[in-house]
Amino acid sequence: MAAEAEGGTGLVFHPMKQFKIEPLFGEGPIHWYTITNQTLWMALAVLTIFLLLVVGTSRRALVPSRIQSVGELAYGFIYRMVEDVVGKDGVKYFPYVMTLFMFIVVSNFLGLIPFSFTTTSHIAITAVLALLVFVGVTILGFVKNGIGFLKLFWVSSAPAALRPVLAIIELISYFVRPVSHSIRLAGNIMAGHAVIKVFAGFAAVLAIAPLSLLGVVAMFGMDMLVAFVQAYVFTILTCVYLKDALHPSH
Amino acid sequence: MTTQSSEAAAGHAAEVAEKGMPQLDFSTFPNQIFWLLVTLVVVYLILTKLALPRISSVLAERQGTITNDLAAAEELKRKAEDAEGAYNKALADARAEAQRIATETRAEIQADLDRAMEKANAEIAAKSAEAAKAIAEIRESAMETVKDVAADVARDVVVALGGKADKRSITAAVNARLKG
Repeated sequence: MAAEAEGGTGLVFHPMKQFKIEPLFGEGPIHWYTITNQTLWMALAVLTIFLLLVVGTSRRALVPSRIQSVGELAYGFIYRMVEDVVGKDGVKYFPYVMTLFMFIVVSNFLGLIPFSFTTTSHIAITAVLALLVFVGVTILGFVKNGIGFLKLFWVSSAPAALRPVLAIIELISYFVRPVSHSIRLAGNIMAGHAVIKVFAGFAAVLAIAPLSLLGVVAMFGMDMLVAFVQAYVFTILTCVYLKDALHPSH
Repeated sequence: MTTQSSEAAAGHAAEVAEKGMPQLDFSTFPNQIFWLLVTLVVVYLILTKLALPRISSVLAERQGTITNDLAAAEELKRKAEDAEGAYNKALADARAEAQRIATETRAEIQADLDRAMEKANAEIAAKSAEAAKAIAEIRESAMETVKDVAADVARDVVVALGGKADKRSITAAVNARLKG
């Protein structure tokens, strides 16, 4: 694609520039406390969550308004997911799961606004989210089950000879969890946004501009789907890991 | 691939496009992680202190209202069914009562009719017996009168013919004729 762009037309593509983190005020190096464009969009995500779940439900209407019913839908969706996947005893972890889901889904959708910044396209963000889940779930597993949590790696339904081999595989797959968990989310979001940018870059050539616009529209629709599905996948995997921690036996 | 395209772009505008992915610029990581943790804590506090208790109470309240309404509807339906049953029963009772009254009345009328007929028949019989007696009397008296008239006429005829009217023989002759 890059070669095609360079050949003849002289098109300029900066598909990754949209992900660049810059200080919001002034220039200079980014310290840990610097307010950046990413900080701004995280704050906007917090604001959106506040508007949706707190301001939207402030009337406590018996017959909900549109915004209130969206909030209730999100609540019911995640609550049922936790209840179904983790079980009754997992309901007390519902606020944590809800926090993750709301942050990811709102960040994903805010990122779809043109010229916005997509927080969840950054591997640092998703890695921290995934590590929080991983570390939290591992600690929880040992606290709840003691040493019995290691039974998670001992597949008692397999033939005895295979069990050590399976234990190694299970152990590796357990430690790969945070990697796949985080890269799946960041990768999907980043790729979708980059592809939109590439399509948009082609719009500069008159002959293929209609096709490029069509591509942008199609990719945008696709990314709307991905924005929700990836938040859903991240959340349901969190629930699955939580279930493993609470009920480690296979 | 993305890195390639980014590098290719950098050829055109080196000062705009940075090398590599911004995602892998480790110098921004502490900043990202710090603000992410702040964000997560704020979101968690918003959810647990405000949003979730409120939404769960709204949902519970709605569930309660729906349950109550359903129970009330069930109750009302039962009442309506009871009322319908009572109405049907009253209707059936009224119909049976009407039937009974009609039958009774019919029997009464029949009895009255029979009595009146009987009385009328008796009266008619009495009257006709009386009438028969009167007719017999009238016939009797008429017979006497006829005898007298016939005797008178016979005597007058005999006298007119120049005969001698013997009252006894004429009466005997007339009686003989009337019998014959």
